[in-house]
Amino acid sequence: MGKTITEKIFDAHLRDTPAPGNMVLDLDVVLCHEITTPIAIMDLVEKGMDRVYDPAKIKAVIDHVTPAKDSKTAAQGKIMRDWAKRHNIKDFFDVGANGVCHALFPEKGFIRPGYTVIMGDSHTCTHGAFGAFAAGVGTTDLEVGILKGVCTFRAPVSMKVEIDGHLQQGVTAKDVILAIIKKLTVNGATDRVIEFAGPVVDSMSMAARMTLCNMAVEAGATSGLCYPDRVTAEYLWPFIKDNFTTIDDAVKDFSKWHSDPDAEYIETLQLDVSELVPMVTYDYKPDHVKDIMDMEGTPVDQIYIGSCTNGRIEDLRDAASILKGRALAPGVRGIVTPATPAIYSQALDEGIIKIFMDAGFCVLNPTCGACLGMSSGVLADGEVCASTTNRNFNGRMGKGGMVHLMSPFSAAAAAVTGTITDPRHFLASEEV
Amino acid sequence: MKTFGGPAVLLDRNDINTDEIIPAKYLTEITKIALKPHLLEDLLLHDKPFDIHSQAMKQAKVVVTRANFGCGSSREHAVWAFEVNDINVVIAESFARIFRQNMFNCGILAMELPKSVIDALFALSGELSIEVDVERGVMTAKSSDVSQDTLECSFILNAYDKNLVSAGGWLAFADANY
Repeated sequence: MGKTITEKIFDAHLRDTPAPGNMVLDLDVVLCHEITTPIAIMDLVEKGMDRVYDPAKIKAVIDHVTPAKDSKTAAQGKIMRDWAKRHNIKDFFDVGANGVCHALFPEKGFIRPGYTVIMGDSHTCTHGAFGAFAAGVGTTDLEVGILKGVCTFRAPVSMKVEIDGHLQQGVTAKDVILAIIKKLTVNGATDRVIEFAGPVVDSMSMAARMTLCNMAVEAGATSGLCYPDRVTAEYLWPFIKDNFTTIDDAVKDFSKWHSDPDAEYIETLQLDVSELVPMVTYDYKPDHVKDIMDMEGTPVDQIYIGSCTNGRIEDLRDAASILKGRALAPGVRGIVTPATPAIYSQALDEGIIKIFMDAGFCVLNPTCGACLGMSSGVLADGEVCASTTNRNFNGRMGKGGMVHLMSPFSAAAAAVTGTITDPRHFLASEEV
Repeated sequence: MKTFGGPAVLLDRNDINTDEIIPAKYLTEITKIALKPHLLEDLLLHDKPFDIHSQAMKQAKVVVTRANFGCGSSREHAVWAFEVNDINVVIAESFARIFRQNMFNCGILAMELPKSVIDALFALSGELSIEVDVERGVMTAKSSDVSQDTLECSFILNAYDKNLVSAGGWLAFADANY
């Protein structure tokens, strides 16, 4: 019997099997941010165990609320800062160099095919886009990861989503993953790893693959993965060029992290996306998804473009293609937060920031901010946001607020009209 | 091995997420005890805000709920919010992976029981008291309504999860073993 990519990664990292079906894995990278790490640090200090297993394998960032908004968030940042200094953690990203963790860490080349990665953040599954096993964990798992470099998982159960066809103009990876979550439900992939495969995934950029994997957890999945290929190798080339003679060599090496043809899956889902239209959520669950045509005309108060799901340069370009020469509808607030400083800088170079500003958007520094209602764009009771983020839970962006999840194209269309709008109205006659 | 149990509170909904258990605005706290007043603050049951100040909530040591409990964010704050309110058992038809692991990592119980048993617990009238004997693998539910039969059900805890409960959590277990 062949093996899945996840089984291969587990085999290569297996430290112990403390009970049948439970596997302790060695970790290649432990990622940390200021929301879930400080309590782990303080607990380790209190227990006299203030150590790190390998400072080079720990990457840390302040991203959820940055710059600090009050004394409490300032204290969280300080705990991280002092800890990074104390343990000589070189890859620590503070104000000015910081960005949304799941956009920043891949950009720095920290995630490689075949790696095991944990973080105290459920959207850690994003990094599966590189053919890594990357899973969100709680603070205790993170604490043990920091101290010992291990984490326990149940033996992997994999499902495959085969994506065929051709995406229409204005339909993106975000629409694909929303359609998949609708099909699977919020519980449909619990305790499973989702492998995203097929020609549509093969032709996706790393940014699109990250969007796809990012929301795997919204279907309950432990992680989402794509097979590492030429696209992966080209993205990582600046970081791996000393390890391989040519990109071809890297691609060949990465192929060891592909599932075998006779690997076993608990379920395979076939999806043809040729007829897929832009998708949008309603209500308070990410599997409550409709075709955008069925939601058109729903008024919105705020547009939010950013986050680990859709705050990358490709996403900003998509939104700007609609916003160019247009303005926010009267009474609608627009917020854009490029996910990292490099993305922000590139958006400046490309004139995208100017397009947003001319349209009347507020351009924020990179931060998670309003995605989870912590800062920088929290909704008031009864307000509605068209958002490129990943969760529409009750209260998520502020108590009493409603979040409609959608692609950057769709969010930009809503910005212009003030209501949920099919972005293809704006794209049909234009070049994207 | 610890014994767990006491008065139970029933949350009759699937897919209760960690944002509802503890909203993100409280994630700026750096002590667990600060989470105490905010447990389940944003929960909607049958489309109405849940009363977090009820007598049942004040007394509760056990939560009984439906499928996919604890989905969404990885925040262990959701588990701590229960823990600092002396709730050390959550019984559900199923859990989201990270929440379930976080419970056992803290040395407390996330028990999965078949839908038929969960339905039977919800069907009991009166106030419910639940005892969980981890060693024997038996859960006993008694109603304050004496006309109701006591409901007893055996369960099998995953051997690894049981180890974590005995050790008092994953940090202690990992420190002893790795």
